[in-house]
Amino acid sequence: MLELQHINYAVHEPDGELGILKDISLAVDDHRLVVFTGPNGGGKTTLAKIVMGLVKPTTGRILWNGEDITGLGITERAKMGISYGFQQPPRFKGLTVRDLLTIAAGNGKLSKDRCCQYLTKVGLCANDYLDREVDASLSGGEVKRIEIATILARNAQLMIFDEPEAGIDLWSFTRLTETFEQIHRAGRATMIVISHQERIISLADEVVVIGDGSISHRGSADEILPEILADTTGACPVLTKGGAAL
Amino acid sequence: MMDTEVDRELLEKIADLVGKPVGAFNIRKDCGCDGRQSTEHIEITGKTDKAGIDIRVKPGTVGETCHIPVIITKPGIEEVVYNDFYIGENSNVDIVAGCGIHNCGNQTSRHDGVHTFYVGKNSHVHYTEKHYGEGDGKGGKIMNPQTIVYLEEGASIQMETSQIRGIDSTKRYTKIVCGKDAEAVITERLLTHGDQVAESDMEIVLDGENSRGRVISRSVAQDSSQQLFKPLVTGNAKCFGHVQCDSIIMGAAKIRSVPEIAANCTEAQLIHEAAIGKIAGDQLLKLQTLGLTEEDAEDFILKGFLA
Repeated sequence: MLELQHINYAVHEPDGELGILKDISLAVDDHRLVVFTGPNGGGKTTLAKIVMGLVKPTTGRILWNGEDITGLGITERAKMGISYGFQQPPRFKGLTVRDLLTIAAGNGKLSKDRCCQYLTKVGLCANDYLDREVDASLSGGEVKRIEIATILARNAQLMIFDEPEAGIDLWSFTRLTETFEQIHRAGRATMIVISHQERIISLADEVVVIGDGSISHRGSADEILPEILADTTGACPVLTKGGAAL
Repeated sequence: MMDTEVDRELLEKIADLVGKPVGAFNIRKDCGCDGRQSTEHIEITGKTDKAGIDIRVKPGTVGETCHIPVIITKPGIEEVVYNDFYIGENSNVDIVAGCGIHNCGNQTSRHDGVHTFYVGKNSHVHYTEKHYGEGDGKGGKIMNPQTIVYLEEGASIQMETSQIRGIDSTKRYTKIVCGKDAEAVITERLLTHGDQVAESDMEIVLDGENSRGRVISRSVAQDSSQQLFKPLVTGNAKCFGHVQCDSIIMGAAKIRSVPEIAANCTEAQLIHEAAIGKIAGDQLLKLQTLGLTEEDAEDFILKGFLA
């Protein structure tokens, strides 16, 4: 179980302190699929990074399976079963897809068949990609799918995906949602997915809407989706101010 | 041959040799010949006028390997060695060179290997050269390799050089002249640490029509070491050339990378690119999320980069 208690995160600006996250408390039970959604810049990624240890909260506590992990580093958290798929994964000159999957699996040697399983789940063929370097020769979508494959290979207790759908094609997206569904159905992991996609939101046990550094709504997908869709159809409040839209 | 543990370790490091090599070989140790074997198709003979050997590969020799490693295990040895390779037409061979210095003394050990290749029509050479130094003495470990290659029509060379570690000073010079339809690919890997210095001058001259040249240079400079790269591709005919230099800089190191392309023909198509940077923070973070410590992540990135 993951518990976030009174998480605050602020940065220093020339004209004072800017609150990025404001007193966020949240508990995620085991094997749940929770989607963080909300407007850009609202604090979703920062909150997810705080769970992985990529960002240190200004105040607050993070508990993982009852243990306070607030002071632990990224590596320690990774070894405790927390994994994180980056929104914009880095590229590595000289490291191959096989290298990354092997480290992710953490068992020294990963068979081609296993690699193939992970890559197929993100719509990539092992024969084409396994020995390719994860460098600038790959497209953004390819790197993103390889990133997701490393999280699958990690097979962690808690999988965090930051906008997994960004940059990938429709066919791969369908495979991806099927994979999320399978993991969820099998009860293999707790998943936190940052997403704006209706298809992913609809898979969630719980949707947490984060905006302006706070949780504005929480509920089931059935409860939250209509609200999100209603919000997105609204016109710009500035343009509509004082009457009809221009 | 391979008398001591030091010999065995050096030979494995620089030439992947475990036990007696298969095929033709010449092992040079401390200025002398420590073992030599010719085969039906590859003849190795010692030079009579200066230090070094001649390697003659008969036309049509395919799939054979020739090992010519050099090891220096005594301090104070400084040598210039001339090795000439005559590769007959329509051949395809692997040449494995390399030099390892074990220096536990206070005197400098230096090996300057001057290699000249004459590659016949439609032949292909895969040339590997690794340099490595070890030993806790104060004596310098210096290597100044010079490789000159002449490729005849349709010939090609794939040259892979790597300075593994432990070389205090190196000044490399490589020149490849490509004839019609010839191709040269140089892949250079270089690591410096401590206060080591390394300089690499390379030139591919694309003289022949439809010749191709490619330089891929990857280096890591750690601590307060210094590196200078000057790869040049000259196009004198309808040709294609590409120079790519990537370096990772660490600590208080300094790197200068000066790639150059020169076209003397309107049909020459030449490209160069160079990049120097530290290990990106997001690369380290990514590998840490996969369970590596920051130190292990750094090692892993460097090994991959120089692999």
